[in-house]
Amino acid sequence: MKDFIDAYSWINMRYLFQGLWITVIVSIASIAGSYVIGTILGIIRYLNIKVLSPVVGFIIDIIRNLPLLLIIFFTYFGLPNLGLRPSSVWATILALIIFESAMIAEIVRSGIIAVPTGQMEGARANGLSYSQTMLHIILPQAMKKMIPALVSQFISLIKDTSLATIIVLPDLMHNAQIVYGENTSYILPMFLMLAIMYFVVCYALSLVSRSLEKRMS
Amino acid sequence: MISIFQNYGGELLQGFGQTLLCSVIALFFSLIIGSMFAIFETTPIKFLRVIARIYIEVFRNIPLLVITMFFFVVIPMFVVKIGGFTAGTIGLTIYTSAFIAETVRAGIQSVDPGQMEGARANGLSFWQAMRYIVLPQAFRYVIPPLGNQFINLVKNSSVLAFVAGFDLMYQGNVIASDSLSTMSTYMCVGVLYLVITMPLSYWMRHLEKKLAS
Repeated sequence: MKDFIDAYSWINMRYLFQGLWITVIVSIASIAGSYVIGTILGIIRYLNIKVLSPVVGFIIDIIRNLPLLLIIFFTYFGLPNLGLRPSSVWATILALIIFESAMIAEIVRSGIIAVPTGQMEGARANGLSYSQTMLHIILPQAMKKMIPALVSQFISLIKDTSLATIIVLPDLMHNAQIVYGENTSYILPMFLMLAIMYFVVCYALSLVSRSLEKRMS
Repeated sequence: MISIFQNYGGELLQGFGQTLLCSVIALFFSLIIGSMFAIFETTPIKFLRVIARIYIEVFRNIPLLVITMFFFVVIPMFVVKIGGFTAGTIGLTIYTSAFIAETVRAGIQSVDPGQMEGARANGLSFWQAMRYIVLPQAFRYVIPPLGNQFINLVKNSSVLAFVAGFDLMYQGNVIASDSLSTMSTYMCVGVLYLVITMPLSYWMRHLEKKLAS
């Protein structure tokens, strides 16, 4: 019991919260980036533009089938071979954006497909142009259908930021490892705290999605 | 890239084998555990439902790395000495089983409740009805999402690199730091991962289309 009280001293907790802050910042940046890029890629895939769409589709398929860890290594250890040297924060954000936007593109595409074709036809018959219909009629409806899938993707993004400890991103996992590395009797309390912190963040997000779903339907 | 294959082919293949082995073992056990919790969630017994709900929510919302590191760091310290491969496989099993439980539960609930009622009315017990009537029907719907879970499992098995599990990712790291040509090494590793996941993902898409029509 004393281990627990000692392990949760203010200094250790502050250090963990600093890690949590980095985790949250990196997650938010990657969520924003991958949401925008993923939506654009998803629409490109849906539109069936000659050459472009199949190529984009093939690249998305490849990225979706690679482990995220490999992409993180790619951006952190591979890019310096090409003359770029991102810091660990930027390498993580870049890797997460690459990986998650491929995932989100697929979600967006299936969301658009799920909107009945009558919507498109009706809007066009009422005199809207194709891009107007897409922006004001199809996408809002598709968004509604995509919320559960999108949010669970974002939750897995938050969990996956922990993988970036391998390139020494000072996130929650990394800071906890440092704390229990200093004193082995802190191992159990640290793992408990790690689990609690990640759980709270991810579960809160899933609750938000549930209430969003309810409000929209 | 070709020179990497020539010089380090043995290590790469060994890692490939380990990745495949660990994925198959984890899939097998997480299917059993996942189906068990899925059945718990659909039983009329409230206690079992609560336990299943807690298990699923907890392990779905904690990073795989935390679970794996727990088995790599904590268990050998307090309980029993286990290696990186075992720790990684256990972590993967627990993490994946929560997702599989969710998938199988959706499958069970998509089976017409009349099937269960009919079976019960014909004198089968709850477990018999589950085993012989509901589960076989549920698994038909569940196969494509389960395949996607397996793809995720193969990708997630790269977490073994953290715990010295000698999988593909680990060997890739060793080779990258040995040969210093990081880019082409990671490309080789990527190709080997794609060899497992790409055919599976196209096959699952095909199955999905077949089931939908």
